Amino acid sequence: MRITGAQALIKSLEHEAVEVMFGLPGGAILPVYDPLIDSSIRHILVRHEQGAGHMAEGYAHATGRPGVAMVTSGPAATNIVTPLCDAYMDSIPIVVITGQVPYASIGTDAFQECDTVGITMPVTKHNWLITDAQDIPRIVREAFHVATTGRPGPVLVDIPKDIANQQMDWYWPDGVDLPGYKPTMKGHAKQIKDAARLMSESRRPVIYAGGGILKARAAEALRELVELTGFPVVTTLMARGAFPDDHELCLGMPGMHGNYTAVTSMQQADLLIALGSRFDDRVTGKVDGFAPEAKIIHVDIDPAELGKVRQPDVPIVGDCRLVIEEMVKAVAANKAKHADDGAAWPSIDEWHTRLREWQRDFPLVYDQQPDGPLKPQFCIDQLRDHTPDDTIVASGVGQHQMWTSQRWKFNHPYTWVNSGGLGTMGFAVPAAIGAKVGMPDRMVWAIDGDGCFQMTAQELVTASSERIPVKIAILNNAYLGMVRQWQELFYEERYSEVYLSPDLPDYVMWAEAMGCVGIRVDSPEEVEPAIEKANSVDDRPVVIDFRTDYREKVYPMVPAGKSNDEIILDPAHDTYGER
Amino acid sequence: MQGDIQHHIYSILVENKFGVLSRVAGLFARRGFNIVSLAVSPTEDERFSRMTIVVDAASAPLEQVTKQLHKLIPVIKVMEMHPDDAVERELMLVTVKAASDARSQITELASIFEARIEDVGFESITIQVAGRPDKLDAMTDLLTPFGIVELQRTGLIALPKLARRPARLRSVKTRPA
Repeated sequence: MRITGAQALIKSLEHEAVEVMFGLPGGAILPVYDPLIDSSIRHILVRHEQGAGHMAEGYAHATGRPGVAMVTSGPAATNIVTPLCDAYMDSIPIVVITGQVPYASIGTDAFQECDTVGITMPVTKHNWLITDAQDIPRIVREAFHVATTGRPGPVLVDIPKDIANQQMDWYWPDGVDLPGYKPTMKGHAKQIKDAARLMSESRRPVIYAGGGILKARAAEALRELVELTGFPVVTTLMARGAFPDDHELCLGMPGMHGNYTAVTSMQQADLLIALGSRFDDRVTGKVDGFAPEAKIIHVDIDPAELGKVRQPDVPIVGDCRLVIEEMVKAVAANKAKHADDGAAWPSIDEWHTRLREWQRDFPLVYDQQPDGPLKPQFCIDQLRDHTPDDTIVASGVGQHQMWTSQRWKFNHPYTWVNSGGLGTMGFAVPAAIGAKVGMPDRMVWAIDGDGCFQMTAQELVTASSERIPVKIAILNNAYLGMVRQWQELFYEERYSEVYLSPDLPDYVMWAEAMGCVGIRVDSPEEVEPAIEKANSVDDRPVVIDFRTDYREKVYPMVPAGKSNDEIILDPAHDTYGER
Repeated sequence: MQGDIQHHIYSILVENKFGVLSRVAGLFARRGFNIVSLAVSPTEDERFSRMTIVVDAASAPLEQVTKQLHKLIPVIKVMEMHPDDAVERELMLVTVKAASDARSQITELASIFEARIEDVGFESITIQVAGRPDKLDAMTDLLTPFGIVELQRTGLIALPKLARRPARLRSVKTRPA
C-alpha cells in the first residue's frame, strides 16, 4: 500500500495504540495534521507548545502510558525543550514529534529552521531525524520502545516536511532491532541473596522508595516486602503514593523539606534499601554527612545510578518490581530457615519505638487562627479532607509543592503529578489537564502558586474549550514564596525581585475570561464552601484564588549544602528543647 | 603512559550513523569528562565504527564513563583498556625547519625513530612518525631545537593485547571418597 510519510506517521501512532495527543500545528508539520482529521486519535489543541509537552507528561504520570505531543519546527521545537528536559529528569515516557524544514533546506537557516535533534540531544533518551519516509514505521516503533522500556524517558522524532509528503510502502515492523539497547530487567540472584542477608542483620533499616517504584508498577510488590519485613518506608517526592501514607510503616517524605522522622530515620539507619531512587542532592543534603552508618542496598534499572553518588554495598541492576518480588522470596526463605534453626528473627521493635517517638515529638505544624490570615497549609488540609481519596493532585514548584507533598495523604499510586528533578515552574496547570485527559473519571486538582500559575495559565483556555474540568487552587501569597523564604533566611531579609502583588492580575476575572469558574477566598471559613462549590462543577475548569499568608515558610528545612543532621524545625513551634 | 594512570583509554564500538560522534562527544562535555584525544573510523564491518577516546582520569570516574556511554542507544560495546594491556599507536606529521646544515642531523634523528621523510622543501622537511605516544613526545622534544613549523597528531588508537598464554588444561578433580 502506497501512502505518504504523513499518513504513515499517523498510522504508526495508531498502531502504537495512541488515543490522544497534545499539539499545535505550523508550517513544517502541516502535512501530518492533514491525515489526523481522518484518524481515531483525539488531538488537543494547546495554546503554547510547552503546554503540549507538560500535558503529555501529566498524561504519562497518571496513566503509565506514553504521552504524545506534536508541534512544528523552530520556535515550537524550542518551546518544547523544557518539557523534554523535565521528563528526562523525572524519567517520564513521552514521545514528541516535531516538524522540520524540507530535508534539502536543512542547514541553510531556512524559515523556522532550528537544529532540533542537536538541541534536544542532551534532554532526550534518544532522538531521530527521519531522512526517508520508508523508515517512519520502524522509527516510531523504536521511539515508543525506547521511551517506555528500561529507565523510561522522553524521545523526539523530527520529520522534515518533504519526507512527510514522500510516498512510501506501508508496513508495520514485528519488533525493534536496537543492538545497543538491552535493558537488564532481572536482578542478579547472588546480589539479591546478599541483600536479603543484610536485611536479616539490620536493626535500624529504612526503605528509601523512589520514583522507580512507580515506573516499574511495583507498589504492590513494595507493600508485600514491607509487610513481610516490618521495615519503615520513606517515599521521596517522586514516589509519593508508591506506599500509602496511611500505613503505619510509612514515614512520608525525606529530604530538604522532609518531615523530621523521615529525614532522621535515614540519618540514623544502619541499612538503607534504595529502590528506584537516585540519591538526589535534595534527599541526601551534604553527601558526606548522609546516613553515615548505613549500609546501602541500591536497586535501579539504570546501572549508571549505582555508585553515582554513594557507593552501594549491594548494587542490583534490574526492574524494581521483578527485583522486589525476588527479594520477598529471599527474605521469606531466610525467615523460614531461622525458624527451622530455632533462631529468633532479629527484632526491630526498638527502632519502631524510636520512630514513633519522633513522629509524636516532631510533627508537621502550623497555626490557623479562626480570624487570622489564611494559612496555605490549612487550605491544603481542607482540600485533602474534602476530595475523594483517589484524587489526582498536580503541583508546580516551590512552597506550595512542598506543603502539598508534606500534607496530602497519598494512599494510591499515580495520584501525585509534579516536577521533581527539573523543578519546572508552571508545570501544574498543563500537567493536571494531561492527567485529567488520561483519567477522565477521577477528580484532578492542581495546587499551584501564584508565580507558577502565571507561567502557563493560558492552557486553561485549552481546558475550557476541550471541556476538561480540572480544578486549580492557587495559593496566592503575592510572592515568589520559596525565593522569598531563602532571601529571608539566608540573605538577611533583603528581598530582591520577589513581590508579585495579590490582585494583579485579578485571578478570578482572568479565570472567567478563560471560560473557567473563578472563586476568591480570603478567610478560613470560606475555604470549605469554596472547595465544595468547585467540586460540584464538572463542565468546566474552576480556579480558586486562596489569598494566603505570605509570611508562612516551609519547615522543616535542611539548608542547601548542609548535612541532614542540621535540620531546622519551625522556630515558632520548636518547643521541644534538645534533640 | 606508564606509572600512575592519568588517562583511561576507551574503545567504543558504535553504530555507523550520522550524529553518533556528536552524541558521544556531547555526553563527555555534559558530564564534565575531559577528552585528551579522539579517533574515529569505520571498522571491518561497515555497520559499525570504532571510537578510541583517551580521557583525563582525574575528570572522569572510570565506571561512570562506561555506564553513561552504555546508555547511548547507538553504542554497542565499550571497552576500557589499561595502558599496559593495550597496543597503542599514534601517528604524527611534523614539519621542521631544515636548512642545509641541519638537514643531515634531522634525517639521522628520523632514522633512529624509524620515521619517514614524507616531503622535502628548500627550508624545511615533513616527517611522519608512528608509535606509542611517548615516542612521539620524545621525537617532538628532539625536533624542537630545529624549529617546528607545524605539527599534527592523529590521536591515539588502541586494541587490546592478545593473550599469549596457552589455554590451560582443565584438571580432573576426584571427589574424596
